[in-house]
Amino acid sequence: MLNFIARRIAAGAVLLLVISAFTYLLLSVPDIDVGRQLLGQGADQHAVDAKNTALGLDRPVIEQYADWLAHAVRGDLGVSWFTSEDVGTAVSGRLPVTLSLVLGVTVVTTVLSFLLGVWAGVRRGAVDRAVQIIGVAGYALPGFLVTLILVLVFAVQLGWFPAIGYTPFTESPGGWLSTVTLPVLSLSVASVAGVSQQVRGAVIDVLRQDYVRTLRTRGLTTRRIVLKHVLRNASAPALTVLGMQFVGLLGGAVLVEQIFGLPGIGSMTVAYTTRGDIPVIMALVMLTVVGVVLINLAVDILIGWLNPKARVA
Amino acid sequence: MSENLPATTAPEPGADTPQVRRTGTVRRVLRNPLGALSALILALLVLAVLLAPLLAPQAPGASTLSEAFAQPSAAHPLGMDSAGRDILSRILYGGRGTLGGAVLALAIALVLGVPSGLYAGYYGGRFDAAAGWIVNLVMALPAMVVLLASRAILGPRVWVLMVVLGVLVAPSFFRLVRGIVADIRGELYVDAAKVSGLGDTRIVARHVLIVVRGPVIIQVSLVAGIAIALQAGLEFLGIGSTSSATWGAMLNEGFQNIQRAPRLMLWPGLALGLTNAALVLLAGAIRDALDDRAGAARKRSRPRKVRGRPAGIEPATRTASLADATGRSPLLSVRDVVVAYAQADGTDKHVVHGVDLDVHPGEIVGLVGESGSGKSQTAFAVLGTLPEGGRIARGSITVDGREIVGLPEREHRTLRGRTLAYVPQEPMSNLDPAFTVGSQLAEPLRHHLGLSRAEAAARALELLRMVEIPNPEQVLRRYPHEISGGMAQRVLIAGAMSCEPDILIADEPTTALDVRVQAEVLDLLRRLRTERGLGVLLVTHNLGVVADLCDRVAVMNAGRIVETGDAADVLDAPQDPYTRTLLSAVLDDAPARPAWQPHPSTARTATA
Repeated sequence: MLNFIARRIAAGAVLLLVISAFTYLLLSVPDIDVGRQLLGQGADQHAVDAKNTALGLDRPVIEQYADWLAHAVRGDLGVSWFTSEDVGTAVSGRLPVTLSLVLGVTVVTTVLSFLLGVWAGVRRGAVDRAVQIIGVAGYALPGFLVTLILVLVFAVQLGWFPAIGYTPFTESPGGWLSTVTLPVLSLSVASVAGVSQQVRGAVIDVLRQDYVRTLRTRGLTTRRIVLKHVLRNASAPALTVLGMQFVGLLGGAVLVEQIFGLPGIGSMTVAYTTRGDIPVIMALVMLTVVGVVLINLAVDILIGWLNPKARVA
Repeated sequence: MSENLPATTAPEPGADTPQVRRTGTVRRVLRNPLGALSALILALLVLAVLLAPLLAPQAPGASTLSEAFAQPSAAHPLGMDSAGRDILSRILYGGRGTLGGAVLALAIALVLGVPSGLYAGYYGGRFDAAAGWIVNLVMALPAMVVLLASRAILGPRVWVLMVVLGVLVAPSFFRLVRGIVADIRGELYVDAAKVSGLGDTRIVARHVLIVVRGPVIIQVSLVAGIAIALQAGLEFLGIGSTSSATWGAMLNEGFQNIQRAPRLMLWPGLALGLTNAALVLLAGAIRDALDDRAGAARKRSRPRKVRGRPAGIEPATRTASLADATGRSPLLSVRDVVVAYAQADGTDKHVVHGVDLDVHPGEIVGLVGESGSGKSQTAFAVLGTLPEGGRIARGSITVDGREIVGLPEREHRTLRGRTLAYVPQEPMSNLDPAFTVGSQLAEPLRHHLGLSRAEAAARALELLRMVEIPNPEQVLRRYPHEISGGMAQRVLIAGAMSCEPDILIADEPTTALDVRVQAEVLDLLRRLRTERGLGVLLVTHNLGVVADLCDRVAVMNAGRIVETGDAADVLDAPQDPYTRTLLSAVLDDAPARPAWQPHPSTARTATA
């Protein structure tokens, strides 16, 4: 098991290296005069050249990347070209906001999807149709449209939640809850729609398995069979989809943070990528890839635990 | 990669789909109300957007500042926005960018994903491995973040971003096509086509593309929805070009004025929501239509097996129940049982037509017939585990003198495991792969007998010893996939015996096992019968097994018992023509079965 985790982490590191090189080179393709952009059109050419030299932009791209990499592996992600902020500090200051969202959505999605999916799969009939309609609706509506509708109804019309802003948990847990509720709900609609369908399908598949009938012939109650055997066997496909939803969640967070004015990684992505601030973009891309690698690892470990056949040596 | 796949075999994005779809499927989609409605909405939207210059009251950018936020009027049916621009005109023109962008992204995704998927699935090898690696990499990237980064690199042109989006969604087509092609690659008709001298190109064009096209069309609908949503999201963030009207940008404008005029969000939101919902519903309708066609084909071939009877056989030459020679009362008694399945049209389909059976203590009764004759249905009726939709429509089943037809599930359940037990046909699929052998054996013990964890474990060990499993301590800790089929069948017998039932119903318990293991399992059943006075109902199609093991036999055909009697008598001198057909069939393919002799006494010594 440890061997497996070590191998996966090594593979993740290779992926990080490949993507970082790829991204850095691509980001350097457009011939933007960063010094000129920073100092403005009226600035003296000497000052612009000096700025570019100070940022190390007069060197070949490969050298710039090597320099970035050498610092990055030591945890130094550099300084923003445009705001002179330390990138590591800026990112870690915004991380809790996005983590609040991601954790909230994961909890809400897991709980609701399993409840709805198992209910629909076991009961079938009208319950099943209702859950399927929810699924199609949640899938059909673009996530940010759902967000806008929720803002309009619950923040603007009913005034139950603030439409904008963020209160850190450490400052006021109640305030934190009221500021993250709508964003989490907005992001959960699509993932609940997707994952609950997967759980439903998996439950129906497992209920048709021979071993479920055999368990019934042993006199076990339906509740026990569903909660112990069906749930465990149906969880693996559901978890895979949950992991894939996470990747989409990072994209959804961009829009939702922008709409609610949350100072998280998503709104940071919008603000910095449009300016071509390479040190910040690199940090954000790396963070995303690390997140995806860790989630996939967690999903694989969980699936291995649930399904001994998939267990790795 | 395309030297083997000339352009003619690669689908032309956008153009190929309507032509290759079979008219039957199109008609079926349109007959589905949701499918027809979605198709209509999409057609109207596309038409309206294409005809924007004719339909729009004015140019999308024309603004009259004095009319900002004006309510709907005759000249401006949807009202004016915050800059005094006509909302209807902006919706119509904005749709061009939105739908056009989606078409571009789709075209790129199809061009990249479908041919490479075909190639990788058909030829496999290094290309497949490399493409798989790239696909996993691309799929691990959040599209929105990549698009934002691309905008920084490539500039704010929407068309460029749509090309990037096309690249990002191409893996979904690659995976879909590759999976399907790799599946049918192994199928016989492709090999047959190869043998008959067709070139790869012709095979791909003729056999492979036909199978792939349905799923690809569905995927096109879904991906179009995703592309539209992502693109509108980008525009909403203000990332697209700001010069022209787009639905996303209009939503953003409405959002900016959410306190003053939330109505501004209504029309672009509606346009976006309708387009996406129509695409998803259309995908669903196409899937249903394709499923329907496959389902119809299946249905046509199925009932023949159940209903067909060899000609010239009179139904139900039942010689009522045979009283046991010693006059003991039966443990299990089945009288005139009819099993029916509710059909979609409200009628019932009968699969078992009035069956009579008796099983006495210490007796092994064979229930013989070919597949589809209703043997297993009879067994499930007794166990109370008929599949969904099935029920006992008539008749009586008594266990130890107690009527169980009509018994509530809760009470029926108390019989299962402790009085009635079941040994299935296919050992591997009947053990839960997620739990160890030990835990599966212990579960009913703890549930029914209230044993502690340790007591149950000890009893499970005893059970494994009883069914003669070597190294039982180790086997308890193993998972089903770690033991052999024969061992799994012993585990299942141990599980069935765990709560000391009186009646064992064994459904083809040896069919899935190899010959040597078959004989061992049959010996085990014989021993349990003798040692414990167990009554066994043995469902089988194998007359060799009947001859070897059974005291009495009932021959079943097309849902009816056609002959029943002492096993030796029935096999020696079959009365019913169907039994004779069965017997001669066994002789015909004798080498595939364990050696069978017409006389039971010699057969017993042969396999023992």
